[in-house]
Amino acid sequence: MSAAHDETAHHGHDDHGAAGHGSMRDYVIGFVLSVILTAIPFWLVMGDVIADKSLAAIIIVAFAAVQVVVHMVYFLHMNSKSEGGWTMMALLFTIMVVVICLAGVLWVMFHLATNMMPIHDMSNMGMG
Amino acid sequence: MSQTMTTGQQNLSLTARYFDLNEHDHPEGGSTMLGFWIYLMSDCLIFAMLFAAYGVLGANYATGPSPKVLFDLDLVALNTAMLLFSSITYGFAMLAMEKNKIGATQMWLAITGLFGAAFLAIELYEFSHLLHIGATPQRSAFLSAFFTLVGTHGLHVTFGIIWLVTLMVQVSRKGLIAANKRRLMCLSLFWHFLDVIWIGVFTVVYLMGMLR
Repeated sequence: MSAAHDETAHHGHDDHGAAGHGSMRDYVIGFVLSVILTAIPFWLVMGDVIADKSLAAIIIVAFAAVQVVVHMVYFLHMNSKSEGGWTMMALLFTIMVVVICLAGVLWVMFHLATNMMPIHDMSNMGMG
Repeated sequence: MSQTMTTGQQNLSLTARYFDLNEHDHPEGGSTMLGFWIYLMSDCLIFAMLFAAYGVLGANYATGPSPKVLFDLDLVALNTAMLLFSSITYGFAMLAMEKNKIGATQMWLAITGLFGAAFLAIELYEFSHLLHIGATPQRSAFLSAFFTLVGTHGLHVTFGIIWLVTLMVQVSRKGLIAANKRRLMCLSLFWHFLDVIWIGVFTVVYLMGMLR
């Protein structure tokens, strides 16, 4: 408790920041990177640049993933130190839950769809 | 009691038992940002599940229109640009806030709000166009999932704009006091978070939809 006491006495801005404040440089770098990382996937799809659709999908998802990280770092000012590391912990936990849920749902539902009996066979099966 | 509080800074030993009462504002402010971050993480889970629903149902057109027929990527690119501009202008508002420039903060907040409103206007135009040609949420599972996911994001942006206008009024009335700065930082996280979600939306819904 005494440590918290000291911080409040300092009126430190640091303990406000889940996300400190960025600098002008941070925002401009983040913005330029975002524009590039947005423009390329739009160009890939709108210009029909890559013939292989699944390859194109993988590439634009990769660009999206990189852009999410760019936003996290330059706009949301994520780092491992703010709030004593708890914002990062909460983020990592959320990413873990999201990955498990998303991957699980898509995987299960994909197999459900492929393993399902075709609808037109149902009448022949004598099922009510 | 307030007199004791004002002298409390110099005489910590004398006013030790008032100290907690006095400075309660600060510990509160300190935990607000972490609490708000955890709210955003829970919001992230909502969007994750909406993305999952879209991922599962996104190809079930029920002989209805497919993304290729419905989506206009020029419009989506414009929309994305609006949100991206609003992100950096909000950043400028935060930089102005740090320097305690009320006028500049208000100006950048207003510009952010206008970009946000432009985003919403374009999205509503797209939605109304879709509804007009019969691509309603009831038409197919794909469209239900589409309207739920994109609509939820749009709703978040709407509330973000309402919040932003509210804060502009508060800043104009009370200035850049600590509480208002904290609120502006919360909205900053919210606003940038919505931009992060939009990256997922334009990639998974629009770009990958066109690839189908």
